[in-house]
Amino acid sequence: MTAVTPVADGAPATAEYDIRLIGLTKRFDDVVAVDNISLDIDRGHFFALLGPSGCGKTTTLRMIGGFEEPSEGRIELGGVDVARLPPYKRDVNTVFQSYALFPHLSIFENVAFGLKRRGIKGGDLRKRVGDALELVGLAGLDRRKPRQLSGGQQQRIALARALVNRPRVLLLDEPLGALDLKLRKEMQLELKRIQHEVGITFVHVTHDQEEAMTMADRIVIMNGGHIEQVGEPSELYEQPRTPFVAGFLGVSNLLSGTIVGDDRVKLQDGTEVRVPTAALAGRQGNVQIGVRPEKLRIGGGEENSLSGTVAESAYIGVSTQYILDTPAGPVTVYVQNDRLGAQVANGERLTLGWSPDCTFVVDAQEDT
Amino acid sequence: MGFLHQRRGLAPYLLLAPGMLWLAAFFLVPLGFLVYQSLQSGNIDFGYAFTWAWGNYWSAIKGYRGEFERSFEYAGLATVIALVVSYPVAYWIAFRGGRWKNLLLLFIVAPFFVTYLIRTLAWETILSDHGFVVRLLTDIHLVSPGGRVLATGTAVVAGITYNFLPFMALPLYVSLEQIDQSLVEAAGDLYASKWIAFLRVTFPLSLPGVVAGTLLTFIPAAGDFINAQLLGSPTSHMIGNVINSKFNELIDYPAAAAMSFILMAIILGMVLLYARAVGTEKLTG
Repeated sequence: MTAVTPVADGAPATAEYDIRLIGLTKRFDDVVAVDNISLDIDRGHFFALLGPSGCGKTTTLRMIGGFEEPSEGRIELGGVDVARLPPYKRDVNTVFQSYALFPHLSIFENVAFGLKRRGIKGGDLRKRVGDALELVGLAGLDRRKPRQLSGGQQQRIALARALVNRPRVLLLDEPLGALDLKLRKEMQLELKRIQHEVGITFVHVTHDQEEAMTMADRIVIMNGGHIEQVGEPSELYEQPRTPFVAGFLGVSNLLSGTIVGDDRVKLQDGTEVRVPTAALAGRQGNVQIGVRPEKLRIGGGEENSLSGTVAESAYIGVSTQYILDTPAGPVTVYVQNDRLGAQVANGERLTLGWSPDCTFVVDAQEDT
Repeated sequence: MGFLHQRRGLAPYLLLAPGMLWLAAFFLVPLGFLVYQSLQSGNIDFGYAFTWAWGNYWSAIKGYRGEFERSFEYAGLATVIALVVSYPVAYWIAFRGGRWKNLLLLFIVAPFFVTYLIRTLAWETILSDHGFVVRLLTDIHLVSPGGRVLATGTAVVAGITYNFLPFMALPLYVSLEQIDQSLVEAAGDLYASKWIAFLRVTFPLSLPGVVAGTLLTFIPAAGDFINAQLLGSPTSHMIGNVINSKFNELIDYPAAAAMSFILMAIILGMVLLYARAVGTEKLTG
């Protein structure tokens, strides 16, 4: 396995990083949960750590928060290594998955907890707690106990309790996981609004790719303890660099082939397709090319094309989903239902075309 | 439909009935009989008669005030010591016990496999004048040469503490074990050191266990007489000893009944005050 050490690309050398992870590793007995990752998180961004369960995203967050001690590596917070410091000496605050509101304290006391530990009292304390409750839209509930609030309200209080301390970085550990779908959608937009309003760096752990795409400026995709790819949502979707990223974010058609030129790949059935030159840079031999199902057009007129027969179709209102058997492998295509009666029957032969610009290249499958 | 509805209406009462009947037959009726007997006068040879003999109460209080006070002093001391000893143990088992939790809990309950009386008799041997405890305490000058531990108040308090420790440790363990560790993490995240996190989060959340444990220890300890009888001397007798001797040796039922009733009333009063002070919701969590 190669040590992947992506760094937030495009950031100028003078950029201010809130967090730098350098060679961070965490082992639990024999299991390597986080495997030598390095990552720069720049100031004021909404970062999402995205990946399937067990990919190491939560362990990474817990190391930043100070709840797990790294086996190796550095965690720089504003340029200072905090890897060995206890949580209470770090300028970060966490919104826990289960909210972790103190059940014996009122909402006011919950939100005031961090400020009081830092010696803030009296009118200043009341004002800051009041402002924080207002920020999350729950002013006036300060005398209640956590159990008297709904799940969504508790979630907001957990957010207020962390933000009121104005930390350098806010860590969010799957904070929306316990909410129902409608509330989750609402909170996604709300979190984004709050992040813009306060301008604090957010690091948000989630396994929900849609949630990450909706909220984050930058997404870090993790798998098996290492970082697969870092980038803006559109960059990750349009130019995934690994088969894992291509499959984890949305649906991809991956077709095996061999590089036969600067910008040409020969598929298994002999068809040659053109891909962006940059996508092949540094690669040779066997690769897989990828096209998103919505980028495929029925009929010719595009530089790349492939023919096959319709094996399955599913009408889903706004579009119809077809799976075609082609000599190069099965291909999924989404066709917009922009005309009536344009359905294609199973068994019919179709030619699909797509632009080279919409083609990405990932490593060949090792064995399946 | 009407029948079903009626059945459902009756169900809670039917479910309550066995317990209620039990309490009525074996608690309320005997309690009434206790009060009735405490107001009788007479003696075993000529029989007792109900005469509204309030004097039984006055003479119990006047004659045995010292024993009453000592009962609450010893029970209180034993409760506090048991709390101080059990809390770290329960804390350690709950948070650091890992896969040994159940085994460690078994160790706490292990003394219960031996009869109360035998355990207390064993303490008589442990604290005896030539035992290793006295020798050790003499060596470190906590006991003067030739001094005793047995037949002192110290021995009685030690015995009570030992015998009731599991009643303190188990509720403490249960309430500590239920505390969500993410709350302690959250306190650390919000700038609380380990000690502050304990004071502000862990300890307040374990209060239901503290309340349950102190009540389960204090109430039976206040009425205990075995420890004082086997480990103490007449100068360290508790009210339980007096009630025992009035009832079993002097056959003075009215006096024993009056003392039992006073003991019960005082304990009830103290429990109510305690519950009000810490808040009754602490009892139920």
